[in-house]
Amino acid sequence: MSTVSIQAAAERTAERREFRQWLAHRGLDGVTLLVLPAALFTVALFVYPFLYGLVLSFQPAEGGWLANYRTFFSDPFLYTTIAKTLWLALPATLINIAASVPVAMRVRLMRRQRLLTTILVVPITLGTVLIAEGLLNYLGPQGWFNRTLMTVGLIDHPIRLVHNYWGTLISLIISGFPFTFLLTLSYVTGIDPSLEQAAATLGAGPWARFRHIFLPLLVPGFAITFCLTFVQMFSVFPSAVLLGEPAGETRVISIAAYTAAYEQYNDSMAAAIAMIMGAVQLAIVATVLGLRGLFYRGPAGSGKG
Amino acid sequence: MALAPHDFRRLRLDGVSRDFGSFNALKDVTLDVARGEFIALLGPSGCGKSTAMNCLAGLLTLSAGSIWLDDIRVDRLKPEERGFGMVFQNYALFPHMSVARNVGFGLAMQGRGRAEIAKRVEAALALVRLQAQAAKLPGQLSGGQQQRVAIARAIVIEPPLVLMDEPLSNLDAKLRLEMRAEIRRIHESVGSTTIYVTHDQDEALSLADRVVVMREGRVRQIGTPEELYARPLHADVAEFMGYRNIVPSSATPTGDGTSRVGIGDAALIGTPVDGREGAVLIAFRPDDLTPSADGPIAATVTTAEYRGRDFFGKAATSAGTELYFRSEQKVAPGEAIRLGVDPRRLLIYADAAL
Repeated sequence: MSTVSIQAAAERTAERREFRQWLAHRGLDGVTLLVLPAALFTVALFVYPFLYGLVLSFQPAEGGWLANYRTFFSDPFLYTTIAKTLWLALPATLINIAASVPVAMRVRLMRRQRLLTTILVVPITLGTVLIAEGLLNYLGPQGWFNRTLMTVGLIDHPIRLVHNYWGTLISLIISGFPFTFLLTLSYVTGIDPSLEQAAATLGAGPWARFRHIFLPLLVPGFAITFCLTFVQMFSVFPSAVLLGEPAGETRVISIAAYTAAYEQYNDSMAAAIAMIMGAVQLAIVATVLGLRGLFYRGPAGSGKG
Repeated sequence: MALAPHDFRRLRLDGVSRDFGSFNALKDVTLDVARGEFIALLGPSGCGKSTAMNCLAGLLTLSAGSIWLDDIRVDRLKPEERGFGMVFQNYALFPHMSVARNVGFGLAMQGRGRAEIAKRVEAALALVRLQAQAAKLPGQLSGGQQQRVAIARAIVIEPPLVLMDEPLSNLDAKLRLEMRAEIRRIHESVGSTTIYVTHDQDEALSLADRVVVMREGRVRQIGTPEELYARPLHADVAEFMGYRNIVPSSATPTGDGTSRVGIGDAALIGTPVDGREGAVLIAFRPDDLTPSADGPIAATVTTAEYRGRDFFGKAATSAGTELYFRSEQKVAPGEAIRLGVDPRRLLIYADAAL
């Protein structure tokens, strides 16, 4: 090989390497390709249906391109579903987070953590329908709950806990708890235990340690937990139908979409309702994540940064 | 809040034991510490020194024994009731609080006023020379600075006892030397009692007034750095204190307090520590084994390292015993040399299993 061609080859190699370094510098290398399958899935199963639905929602059976949205926001039977859904999803989410924290704080110290976590997580495997059936029996007018209270003499008549708001809320809390709890537990155990020990040696009692150390470090985790739990709760459908009053109190937005799609066969309207549902979820999630920015968000470790 | 008196006279560990299941991490540790002392707990990893520290801090309960500050029993108090300052190995700075709030945390927990906290935090930060960093978050500081914040946070509450758990182990060699001097300076200016856990004998010797050598959960020897350096009481302590040459031998008393021992054919005189007759272990530092024309040990140099002023090397006798030595003259592998030890520096121990 002549000197000239060697030089040219070296230059080519150098160029190629430079380009690679440039890519690597921006976090792109061979491993990046592993993202492809997931990206394809996202496009096929989320982006495409979403865009399809978005376009569909602007193509109503009759009227202008905004007719579906106009119908939704002028019909109280439709637009009140937003408030009804929020009225279920927000309390259920907050109650679950509030209940998860003390349990997680306790479980983190336990030796048989695995066992307890398994027990707490069982409801997730049951599915909403099984929970609904159980609750119908347990909380119904002839159920153990009411009978016990009546035997004890606390109430004279059975209290109504199914086929209304409360039935749906309770079912949402039960089916959502394992998920919220597992997320919360992972955030709680992610906090370096030496931080709590340090606070203790500095004179902080259990409550002060929670208030000054755990709570501020957990806030970002709570925000994520809130969003993920809330999104699940917001799309409540089976419990609202089975345990609620799907024509009244618990006529949630997903029921409205279902009615439009499968009872009125109005795909375009159903798509519009789905879009509105998404917009509400997005608005809440964006608000919560925005608020998260006000808090410390770095690592909850303690060592060298 | 803290029940511990600031002007206690003695801290006493009385038969302190701690088991983890069937494993005895700490066995019957008894230790007496006077106010103002700097005590180092020294030992290899797994020797129980950190367990001892956590027991002192109240982060672990005792399986047996008691801990006393004068006549107040503290081992049953919660950590927050003891009021001891602790510096953690990983510093355990609160990542979401500024340096000033980290340092002021203990004072805030005591319910001190804002003005007092500000004043004392400033003084503590001045002591560790970090006034300029007060508003930063711990994540924005270097390892050495975080270390000093951790110290400031522990001492600002003026604890009767400061506990330090291998505070320098995460720092690089140069910073470690600087911080070592800094810790001693702070100890002296605060006048607190300090208990310092380390596995580094240099650190223990240079910092402490007294060193407690631990092994397998037991206290092996308590002494001043000079005592430990010159006269370890047991062969295992000697080995840990840098007596790298430990050779089995047999000893015969000479009658004047020394004993005659040997390495192969070489006859040597040594100072008995806990064994003077029969099967013994002889121990001496590489520093004390030096070439001399009439040295009794004939050996061949196998490796030699230049370390600035001196050469440190390894030599093997004809019987295959390997010895670490120091030489002021250049030596090269393969060279035949004669080595000798000062009888006062050659210590004789009973041949118990190491």
